[in-house]
Amino acid sequence: MTSRVADHWLPKLVLSPTLAASLLFVYGFILITVALSFTESRLLPNWEWAGIERYLDLFDNERWWTSAANLAIFGTLFIALSMAIGLLIAILLDQKIRGEGFLRAIYLYPMALSFIVSGTAWKWILNPGLGLEKLVQSWGFPDFTFDWLVNPDMAIYTVVIAGVWQSAGFAMALFLAGLRGVDSEIIKAAQVDGASTPTIYRRIIIPTLRPVFFSVTLILAHIAIKSFDLVMALTGGGPGTATDVPAIFMYQFSFSRGQLGLGAASAVMMLMTVIAIMVPLMYAETKASGAGR
Amino acid sequence: MKLKFVAAAIAASFVAGASYAAEVEVLHWWTSGGEAKSVAELKKMMEAKGHKWKDFAVAGGGGDAAMTALKARVVAGNAPVAAQIKGPSIQEWAQQGVLADISGAAGEWDKLLPKVVGDVMKYKGKYVAAPVNVHRVNWLWINQEALNKAGGKAPTNFDEFFALADKFKAAGMTAIAHGGQPWQDATVFESVVLGVGGAKFFNDALVKLDPKAIDSPTMLKSFDTLAKIKTYIDKDAAGRDWNLATAMVMNGKGGMQFMGDWAKGEFTSANKVAGKDYACVPTPGTANAYTFNIDSFAMFKVKDAAVQKGQLDLATAIMSPEFQEVFNLNKGSIPVRSGMSDAKFDACAKKSIVDFNATAKSGGLVPSFAHGMAVPSATQGAIVDVVAKFMNSNMSSKDAVAALVKAAKTK
Repeated sequence: MTSRVADHWLPKLVLSPTLAASLLFVYGFILITVALSFTESRLLPNWEWAGIERYLDLFDNERWWTSAANLAIFGTLFIALSMAIGLLIAILLDQKIRGEGFLRAIYLYPMALSFIVSGTAWKWILNPGLGLEKLVQSWGFPDFTFDWLVNPDMAIYTVVIAGVWQSAGFAMALFLAGLRGVDSEIIKAAQVDGASTPTIYRRIIIPTLRPVFFSVTLILAHIAIKSFDLVMALTGGGPGTATDVPAIFMYQFSFSRGQLGLGAASAVMMLMTVIAIMVPLMYAETKASGAGR
Repeated sequence: MKLKFVAAAIAASFVAGASYAAEVEVLHWWTSGGEAKSVAELKKMMEAKGHKWKDFAVAGGGGDAAMTALKARVVAGNAPVAAQIKGPSIQEWAQQGVLADISGAAGEWDKLLPKVVGDVMKYKGKYVAAPVNVHRVNWLWINQEALNKAGGKAPTNFDEFFALADKFKAAGMTAIAHGGQPWQDATVFESVVLGVGGAKFFNDALVKLDPKAIDSPTMLKSFDTLAKIKTYIDKDAAGRDWNLATAMVMNGKGGMQFMGDWAKGEFTSANKVAGKDYACVPTPGTANAYTFNIDSFAMFKVKDAAVQKGQLDLATAIMSPEFQEVFNLNKGSIPVRSGMSDAKFDACAKKSIVDFNATAKSGGLVPSFAHGMAVPSATQGAIVDVVAKFMNSNMSSKDAVAALVKAAKTK
């Protein structure tokens, strides 16, 4: 009897501190941020009601739209390229080649670095006066130029390069795990039926990786939306404000410029973006996996 | 019931905190070499007066990290005795009702400080902050050897400036060493506005934010000049730190740099001598003007009488001639207090002291816009965004002026 009561209550009891902590520190602070975005808060929180004024300020701010556009470019390319390259490497590694463990580690290791480190390293590599451009020019191609890092129109793509370099290996690891989970009987059956290897991948293996695609999108999307450290280390949001992203916008307006209300409004908009992308995705996924069973 | 208990517990913890704090806690972000030495000096002075010094140093982010820590402490009702806050931010904090009146220590300050400086330290006519030093922002640093080769005459207006820049360019140098970071762009911008429009125009446009002054041919000309300056900057400048640009001037890769007098620290630590290795001159057209950047300590309201006395002693110590001299010799700036001996200072600082006193009388002394002395941080940020965009795109001067008018309305 006692043991059954304990069985019933113990898990709940053990989980409750974590639950309380996340309710307070995650959801509680989300609510406070939302509330702040409707106030006159400047340097310090100030609970005077301002209606949607902070949002009007935000939508009138050119820099916010630069940030939003940059996030769209960076997010799309970052997720698409990380996934494509990750999947390609995973399929190549899956061909039962020699030294797979070694190669796998090489591709996965960038993930172990912090974005600050890879951002700084890429800053030097891409700097026209120090890195790639100078190297190729000194090899005897004086007309070679690669100045994306200092070109306001192209700088955001350098962030994509560094981000993909760092995260493609991670996507590869997830895809590889997925590939290993595919039932070899089905593949053998397809081979018996005379299907070529590309066809097997296209028609059988990749469709069964659907949940992996979902997980990879989910993880990469939130890395993209939160991206702050990579941009700070690589370009500092520059040249000018050319590579500004919403996270930097939020930080600067809340903490450096004494516009806490506006910063909160931008944070809420970021949250809305996450919800707008994630909720339909998660809904579609649960529905599809439910129907599959 | 539960709420009451929690409230009582919180109240009790505050009471406990207040009675414990019989020491002078000072928030600052002077943690590097010369600056840390200067703070230690202040600590020694306070301890000589029988106070206990509690260091609250928060490094990083040019003070952003310290400000975040300060906000948390003030919101929690546990403010330090003094914190390193400058410019209009002092007013912003005072409006929150958290700063203390230190008139008790500031009896003679009106006589010792120029009026424009005193006004920054006051809220509603009472002193709430103590100034530590003066940095001059409108300096032009030139490689002396290159200057000698190009005729040896430092430029006094923009025509001469561009003529010199052409000579540097012809000699294969990067004529203007610059770091493409927004605050550095703003530093060049404000010196150009001051040089093109003069001190009165600077005051109207970048301090009072008068729309008529901003939307004027003078501002258009300032942007045209800035656009021309842009053509003398190398393309690798994007994101370069200011001290690397200073190093370019030092080793002759770059000709000259617009930067405040903290650049002198770089020259000094590389054993370079003013007049021999480098020249420090006011930026073109600003010989009779002076953009000041003043660090100060704002004093927070404290309850304990012993701590209040410590606070007034701290303010007195900060303004004392001994501290002003020692601190500024270490930091490369000049004393804010007038009537002090300049015997121990170097040539650039001596010139800075002479110009500071002269412009204080003539009205050429203006607060630096780029370094948070002139307008609230929100407005400053919006204007800096416009300048940074102008420096990093093909934006026309006309569009820049229009964007500036809009940015100046940011509240």
